[in-house]
Amino acid sequence: MTTASHPPASQSATQARSETRSEAPPSPSPVLETRNLTKAFGGLVAVDDVSFSLQAGELLALIGPNGAGKSTCFNMLMGQLAPTRGAVWLKGENITGMNPRKVWRKGVGRTFQITATYASMTVGENVQMALMSHHHRILSIRPRAHRLYRDEALALLEMVGMADQAERHCAVLAYGDLKRLELAIALAHDPAVLLMDEPTAGMAPRERIRLMQLTAEIVENRGVSVLFTEHDMDVVFAHSHRIMVLNRGQLIAEGNAEAIRNDPRVQEVYLGGGTVFAQEDAADA
Amino acid sequence: MGLFIAQLITGLANAGALFMVASGLSLIFGVTRIVNFAHGSFYMLGAYIGYTLMQVLPGAVGFWGAILLAGIAVGVIGMLVEILVLRPVYRAPELFQLVATFGVILVVADLTLMIWGPEDLLGPRAPGLRGVIRIMGEPVPKYDIALLVITPIVALLLWYLIARTRVGVLVRAATQDREMVGALGVNQAWLFTGVFALGCGLAGLGGALQLPKGGADLLMDFNILTAVFVVVVIGGMGSLPGAYLAAVIISVVNVFGVTYLPQSTLVLIFVVMVLVLMIRPYGLFGRPEVAGEHGQVGEPEKPIRPAGTQVRLLVAAGIATLAALPLYGSSFSQVLATDILIFCLFAASLHFLMGLSGLVSFGHAAYFGGGAYVAALIVTHSNSPMELAFVLAPIGAGLGALIIGWVCLRLTGVYFAMLTLAFAQLLWSLVFQWGEVTGGDDGLVNIWPADWLNDTTVFFYLALILCIGGILAMRHVAHSPFGYALRAGRDSDRRAEATGINVKRVQWLGFGFAGMMAGLAGGLFVFSKGSVFPNEMEIARSFDALIVVFLGGVKTLAGGVVGAATFKGLEEVITRFEYWRLILGLLIIFVVIVMPEGIVGTARKWAERAGWLRGEETRKRKAREEAA
Ligand SMILES: Nc1ncnc2c1ncn2[C@@H]1O[C@H](COP(=O)(O)OP(=O)(O)OP(=O)(O)O)[C@@H](O)[C@H]1O
Ligand SMILES: [Mg+2]
Repeated sequence: MTTASHPPASQSATQARSETRSEAPPSPSPVLETRNLTKAFGGLVAVDDVSFSLQAGELLALIGPNGAGKSTCFNMLMGQLAPTRGAVWLKGENITGMNPRKVWRKGVGRTFQITATYASMTVGENVQMALMSHHHRILSIRPRAHRLYRDEALALLEMVGMADQAERHCAVLAYGDLKRLELAIALAHDPAVLLMDEPTAGMAPRERIRLMQLTAEIVENRGVSVLFTEHDMDVVFAHSHRIMVLNRGQLIAEGNAEAIRNDPRVQEVYLGGGTVFAQEDAADA
Repeated sequence: MGLFIAQLITGLANAGALFMVASGLSLIFGVTRIVNFAHGSFYMLGAYIGYTLMQVLPGAVGFWGAILLAGIAVGVIGMLVEILVLRPVYRAPELFQLVATFGVILVVADLTLMIWGPEDLLGPRAPGLRGVIRIMGEPVPKYDIALLVITPIVALLLWYLIARTRVGVLVRAATQDREMVGALGVNQAWLFTGVFALGCGLAGLGGALQLPKGGADLLMDFNILTAVFVVVVIGGMGSLPGAYLAAVIISVVNVFGVTYLPQSTLVLIFVVMVLVLMIRPYGLFGRPEVAGEHGQVGEPEKPIRPAGTQVRLLVAAGIATLAALPLYGSSFSQVLATDILIFCLFAASLHFLMGLSGLVSFGHAAYFGGGAYVAALIVTHSNSPMELAFVLAPIGAGLGALIIGWVCLRLTGVYFAMLTLAFAQLLWSLVFQWGEVTGGDDGLVNIWPADWLNDTTVFFYLALILCIGGILAMRHVAHSPFGYALRAGRDSDRRAEATGINVKRVQWLGFGFAGMMAGLAGGLFVFSKGSVFPNEMEIARSFDALIVVFLGGVKTLAGGVVGAATFKGLEEVITRFEYWRLILGLLIIFVVIVMPEGIVGTARKWAERAGWLRGEETRKRKAREEAA
């Protein structure tokens, strides 16, 4: 799965920031696309008429203050929530209202803001579960699950740097490790689209950069398209090809790092630009 | 028309006691998240204490004073129970507390028997309200009219307490968000105690208030329990208006049922319940359970591993010793061993469901008794060979479990558990009331195995092979992808669904499988006893299995079997004493408090601490040493 037109990837974070990364030519058909996506919880419109597209091989960031509707948006993309209005298209197919299982089988993987893993299993078994599901072995009662797809699971864990922890009890993992484990799980069925809801929350700054570099590599090597949310602006500006800003459910800006930084509406949302970006970082760290 | 109105009044009057007991249960559940199985016992205590007080206190003042005092007395007893029995186990894993409340049932039952004796007590009439009045020619007891007035008053007072006072604010806050109570600067422990006492007091009040109508007897505790669960489920857990409305509906349906469908009153009630839940799964006024609300308390479960060589050898030795029983044991000991084996299989099947999928069934006896009845009915009505009937027992029970599970799995958590109870009671009432086919209370007898099996030793070996085989099969499944998928759905529904696992379907099949295994145990049971009675399906039987699973340890693979073997064996010894329930109840409470992780879980922990087992702690220590 390689795509002809993904944007140039950089080697390091500093370099990335100096480059403008939005020059990717628009692909003729986006991998994932939303049209007028809307979700209302009673009177509260959490996501309001949001239309965007994720191109093949793109690393797209969705940012916005707390409660902007990012997670709600993610939940509608994969079917955890049904939209009130609007549609979601995956590779030219309308998947609006489809359940998460089906969307997963169609090649979408995700991580959650509040990590979702199997606490009673080992790290390796967590990944093996996804592989068993991928290979339609969930209902079989003959083999020992602990031995199934062990090597594949280890390879995935190796990729996120957790192979040495494969035998550890998932419940005792540090938060950052849980996030990386989720990434390995989400990659188990070789998805075309990866949704990552705050993948670096709870990590130390160095760890964040490493994880995002890893993500960029995955985009490059596996041809995965990634949509992610993130509060750390350094991470966002350094690693995304394109950025969208959500505020009170509405998309208010879209563009490359430069454009977003200089957008007056974005500055207004973040109450005066750069300084507040810095504050957010401090608060998050 | 007159009859209609008279019956309506009777129904509404009957709703009084039911509402008080149910609202108490609902309150307790709402705040403490404890499903108080012992609630029927407090109701019974209310009746007995009220009776005694009425003997002592004279006149109308005495009568009403006795009712009030009975409520207060039971409230105080409830408070003591909460402090002594429940407080130590709030930190225990989810639903473990209900085992403690089950211990309380046993203790209260025997204490009542000791104090008031085995005879049913006829309730005294209310002074000044002895006769009947005629409404459109139909007689209506005056006391019913009084209840018609009293119940709404109690309901209003309760509503005022909850809706308008500071206590009520706290109770509502706790019902919605337990952590918030701490933030309000209130001692949570005493709030729990207070609410528990209030709930028990209401049950006692209900028990005393119905004395002139129903008197007091030793079966009251379980008899009201079913009705109360039904009311709470229909009304919605934690909702007072719901409890009131549901109590009225159930009582009225019951009264009309007695008149127009005397053969199926019980069935009717459960049909109403199932209908309501089909339309409103969380009851009339209930709100959906928030995911994780009853989330895991206590330590997370450990990854499972196939047994090590040592354990395998130990188990093999145990099985060999058992298999040699006919060489050294009497025929009686073989019968006893057969009983224990069958119960172990039954408990293991429930443990399979609870331990792996986290689904707690309050009505697992439906499939045990169901399997037994399938076999017995086939033998009785079709002259089929025993072998066929025996094979059909697990199949029938499994299919029944699939059908019931399909409906119940629309709900989760405690609601799911309550619904399984309702269905079990529905089946039980069918068996109980459909006498022509099932023999009703007299059961089905002369269900003997085929000639080649009609020998204690041979049947013992059959039971040994099938029970141990069944238990090992379930263990194997636990280690298979399907068993892992059950745990995956329990650990994280979100993750499972987001990786293509159909959690509901996996749980549904797991429920069916557990039902089938219970049915196998039931099939063995009926041919070992030669008969089956409705009580093999009743609540108490379901609770038996539930209790031993909890006591053995839900979070360990061996918990079900160990708990079952221990307690079935103990029961054999203890039941020789007159007040064995008291002893067993105290023993259960003791285990609950001292071993909150069950026998196996606690034993494992001790063993780990002593260094016999390589547990997480030793592993951690090793890792630290290596790092250093
Ligand atoms: N199930 C729900 N019911 C009602 N309101 C909800 C629900 N889920 C989210 N909301 C509301 O919708 C809004 C958007 O929430 P969402 O979680 O999508 O924000 P977010 O951008 O992910 O924020 P954060 O950065 O804190 O994760 C918030 O106001 C939230 O309170
Ligand atoms: Mg979010």
